[in-house]
Amino acid sequence: MALLEVDNLQTHFRTPGGINRAVDGVSFHVNEGETLAIVGESGCGKSVTSMSLMRLIPEPPGKIAGAVRFLGRDLLQLSEHEMRAIRGNDISMIFQEPMTSLNPVLTVGRQIRETLMIHQGLDKQAAEARAIEILILVGIPEPKRRVREYPHQLSGGMRQRVMIAIALACNPKLLIADEPTTALDVTIQAQILKLMLDLKRRVGAAIILITHDLGVVAEIAERVMVMYAGRKVEEAPVADLFRSPRHPYTQGLLGAVPRLGSSLTGTARRLAEIPGQVPDLRKPITGCVFAGRCSLATDLCRQYAPGLEEKGPRHVAACHYAIKGAAAA
Amino acid sequence: MLSYILRRIVSTLPVMAIVALFVFSLLYIAPGDPAVVIAGDQASPEDVERIRQSLGLDRPFLIQFGSWVWRILHGDLGTSIFTNLPVSTMIGQRLGPTLSLMMVTLLLTIVIAVPLGVVAAWKAGSLIDRVIMGFAVFGFSLPVFVVGYMLAYIFALELEWLPVQGYTPLAQGFWPWLENLILPAIALGCVYIALIARITRATMLEVLQQDYIRTARAKGLGQGGILFIHALKNAAVPIVTVIGIGIALLIGGAVVTESVFAIPGLGRLTIDAILRRDYPVIQGIVLLFSFVYVLVNLMIDVIYTLVDPRIRY
Repeated sequence: MALLEVDNLQTHFRTPGGINRAVDGVSFHVNEGETLAIVGESGCGKSVTSMSLMRLIPEPPGKIAGAVRFLGRDLLQLSEHEMRAIRGNDISMIFQEPMTSLNPVLTVGRQIRETLMIHQGLDKQAAEARAIEILILVGIPEPKRRVREYPHQLSGGMRQRVMIAIALACNPKLLIADEPTTALDVTIQAQILKLMLDLKRRVGAAIILITHDLGVVAEIAERVMVMYAGRKVEEAPVADLFRSPRHPYTQGLLGAVPRLGSSLTGTARRLAEIPGQVPDLRKPITGCVFAGRCSLATDLCRQYAPGLEEKGPRHVAACHYAIKGAAAA
Repeated sequence: MLSYILRRIVSTLPVMAIVALFVFSLLYIAPGDPAVVIAGDQASPEDVERIRQSLGLDRPFLIQFGSWVWRILHGDLGTSIFTNLPVSTMIGQRLGPTLSLMMVTLLLTIVIAVPLGVVAAWKAGSLIDRVIMGFAVFGFSLPVFVVGYMLAYIFALELEWLPVQGYTPLAQGFWPWLENLILPAIALGCVYIALIARITRATMLEVLQQDYIRTARAKGLGQGGILFIHALKNAAVPIVTVIGIGIALLIGGAVVTESVFAIPGLGRLTIDAILRRDYPVIQGIVLLFSFVYVLVNLMIDVIYTLVDPRIRY
């Protein structure tokens, strides 16, 4: 059974300029212990999707509709109180900015203890002891000293380790990592990814990894979902997606990745860019959301939105010309 | 930490020196010859000359200032022209009521204003927010004496819940002491509550946008824990600053409040001294108020380091 089933998720924001359909009818699932990557450009709705799962979107101006079934329970129907028991316990989150995601005026120890005390009913001493154990687990040296320190006394990589420690403190079943390595140095990125994978194996949590870094996706994801303009445009197992991307947008994304050392080996090619801009989500879009930027777009695309169609085993894409696109790639 | 406090104390010395110089110059800034001023309207030229000599006014300004400071450092604030009592004794007698009033007001203000500001920020844009901020504007625009008389009329004269005026020392019991201070404290605190509620709301609004608040929410914290621990502690520095600055408001307001509620405190003494042109008393009180103000701000600097670990000392 799927751990998480998201069905026709719609997160809309009321703005002075009209309703912003940040997430518009996205469905996907995550199996137990699986790693699903959600990729897309900035503003495609991937972060809003993850925040919607946790119901961290302020309502109003936001409004979340659809269904988010976690172990069969629809999270969108729970009371705020019931939802609180799930956040940080069954589902936890790591954010992009380790510099600003920790509270600057509370000690690291206190910020880890908190989750343990709320969700597992530990007293202060027990939580403190557990916090130190977790810090060892995430590879922080001198944890006994560190629990008494404040975030500003730690480096960016250390802070992200602390964030991971907080997220994993209660052995969650699902970890949502929203661009966990984007703000870090490349060398630190690798360490953090390795740490996440290690811990995932140990704790057995499923991961939803939100990123625009396709290198990271190739490294740790099993399945990839590509989002564009608040919709899912393609989904496939990771190897399949990299080998034969069906949607022109996915192809564009893959073409925009620089290859290390390619200019030295003489295999350099011009980095492909995707021309144009993401459409204004406050206006209704007729036809394919990507039509305005797609080189393959025809009148058909501009008039009728393509549905998600099976393009291969466990591989779906929303494009009228997906097969042709694959052949071209 | 200790060296930080010591350094801060040392840095207040120049401030106090300038205040002292200003207070001393009061006699000279006042129109006319200080000796004539002190002697009063009915004094003969001989009286004036006698006062001039007894006060050392015939000596150079700096020497006078020096010996005045020297005496103050030894606890001698001079003698009242009107009552012939030492100024320090007169202030000592009046200190209790004023300190009581200020403490009760300060406590009441913080207990009311901070939660109001927090709730207003949490429910920003809602009806509750608008009502609270409406009251804040209202409270800010009403003068102390208007609020004072209104409160006295409603709660003392009509409802008879609390005494109209007067003061009972703490030594005669907690409740008798407190019941006399409630109405004056509310009247005096009104402006102050409005100010602190507003600054709390503004700062909290900003803090609530921060990433770490989202983290706290994602951890499953309840609204109370998020607002009063994660957010308020981050908002504390500006709030504490305004509380400190507001002490000056309290000092000014206490003078009026004590008149309205007939509290025999320093405020009354100030007014009496000014009306009688009792310069030594005025000097003593101004000096004391300045000293308290400097001391409060010193305390606030220390509190900063307690609420925000990033502030280095």
